[in-house]
Amino acid sequence: MTDSIFHPLHKEKTMQERSKLLWIIGLFAGAYFIPWDHEIMRRSGLEAFLMLQDYAREHVLTCLIPAFFIAGAIAVFVSQASVLKYFGAQAKKVLAYSVASVSGAILAVCSCTVLPLFAGIYMRGAGIGPATAFLYSGPAINVLAIVLTARVLGWQMGLARAIGAVSFALVIGLLMAFIFKKEDAARTAGQFYLPDEENPGRSLWQDAGFMLVMVLILVFAAFARPGEGDATIWQFLFGIKWYVTILLLGVLGLMLKAWFVQEERKAWVASTWDFMKQIAPLLAAGVLVAGFLLGRPGHPALIPESWIAGLVGGNSFFANFFASLAGALMYFATLTEIPILEGLVGAGMGQGPALALLLAGPALSLPNMIVISGVIGIKKTAVFSLLVIVMSTAAGMFYGSFFV
Amino acid sequence: MEIKVLGPGCAKCTQAEKVVREAVAEAGIEASVEKVSDILKIAGYGVFGTPAIIINGDVKMVGKVPKKEEVMGWLR
Repeated sequence: MTDSIFHPLHKEKTMQERSKLLWIIGLFAGAYFIPWDHEIMRRSGLEAFLMLQDYAREHVLTCLIPAFFIAGAIAVFVSQASVLKYFGAQAKKVLAYSVASVSGAILAVCSCTVLPLFAGIYMRGAGIGPATAFLYSGPAINVLAIVLTARVLGWQMGLARAIGAVSFALVIGLLMAFIFKKEDAARTAGQFYLPDEENPGRSLWQDAGFMLVMVLILVFAAFARPGEGDATIWQFLFGIKWYVTILLLGVLGLMLKAWFVQEERKAWVASTWDFMKQIAPLLAAGVLVAGFLLGRPGHPALIPESWIAGLVGGNSFFANFFASLAGALMYFATLTEIPILEGLVGAGMGQGPALALLLAGPALSLPNMIVISGVIGIKKTAVFSLLVIVMSTAAGMFYGSFFV
Repeated sequence: MEIKVLGPGCAKCTQAEKVVREAVAEAGIEASVEKVSDILKIAGYGVFGTPAIIINGDVKMVGKVPKKEEVMGWLR
């Protein structure tokens, strides 16, 4: 260790120290120069925390936490191998595509699992079509994203997002396979290994029932107060929602006791905790940023509402295209697209462009494109991105013509 | 003995690597433990799920964090 200065590890360390220094200088400059005393800055700072409080009060207990438990249960109890076997090179094409377009709900909550799987399906498995279908649907239709979208942005948007994501995944996968037919035929398929399976000692309907009870708990706990003019059935359901929720919790407890062994229950809680640790801090940061820049609906913050209305207001081609393009390039950490969109819609973004951003956003980002192009090459990545942007724009315009 | 732990860097993958290193240390045998984070390389092994553990070219486990006893078993 005589020449430790030239040691690669040492070099890496210097880089780290340097970037720390840059961060500190940046923060200091921000603290020093930004006119925090200005009325707009005060208002924006306050909006950030008011929006965070809004999420804490409205969405965390009744929506996010049950959703985390569901995501945890899916990760632990649903057999990945049973889904992944449809991505093999010998799998039937129809099955490969249909499974790929919905499997995001089961397989993907973090991009950490999406990208290696994508590369695996492309290189060793069913090929470019199912691989891109999976890549697209993965981050867009996971339980957490759909549930929170429906809760915060309205059920129409949640439903449109789910339907859009699944059908886009199918169409984009098929188009990619069609465009790159020749190259795909030349690809050699090799041996591949599925995740190990353990015999759970439960039947499929027991697993399905367990999931169903949890979804019902989520639905009832998050049941919104119906309007004055709504049908009496909704008023009635709202009136009894807490009794139903408690009853369902009891049923869930009995199922856990009867059908699961101690180790499985522990694994479930551990994986739920993992999701929470991973996602909650990012989401909180995303809410603060969205609140600071855009404010709660009806409350202006840093970015003037006229800018937003001018760029992505209404339902013009430009508004939809701009929203798609911005969504495709921008990186959204899991779920943060939702508070940002809430802020944007509150500040005058149209419903059509909002859906366009939701469809183009989480599946693509600049850093993501770079990783993908490392696997499938620049040309295929460009075609994939273009397809996503064009289709999101079209879907946004279509949706925006119905919902204003 | 050549051990590879495949995983792009999620919590489970780091945990898998830790378990493997502990097992190797405990077994007291000569073994190189390598963490493979490159997505292309991971896909090249044909594993559909991470973390995965490969010992002397054999895929031993996919998609799970192994228990230390399991790893000890493979090392023998």
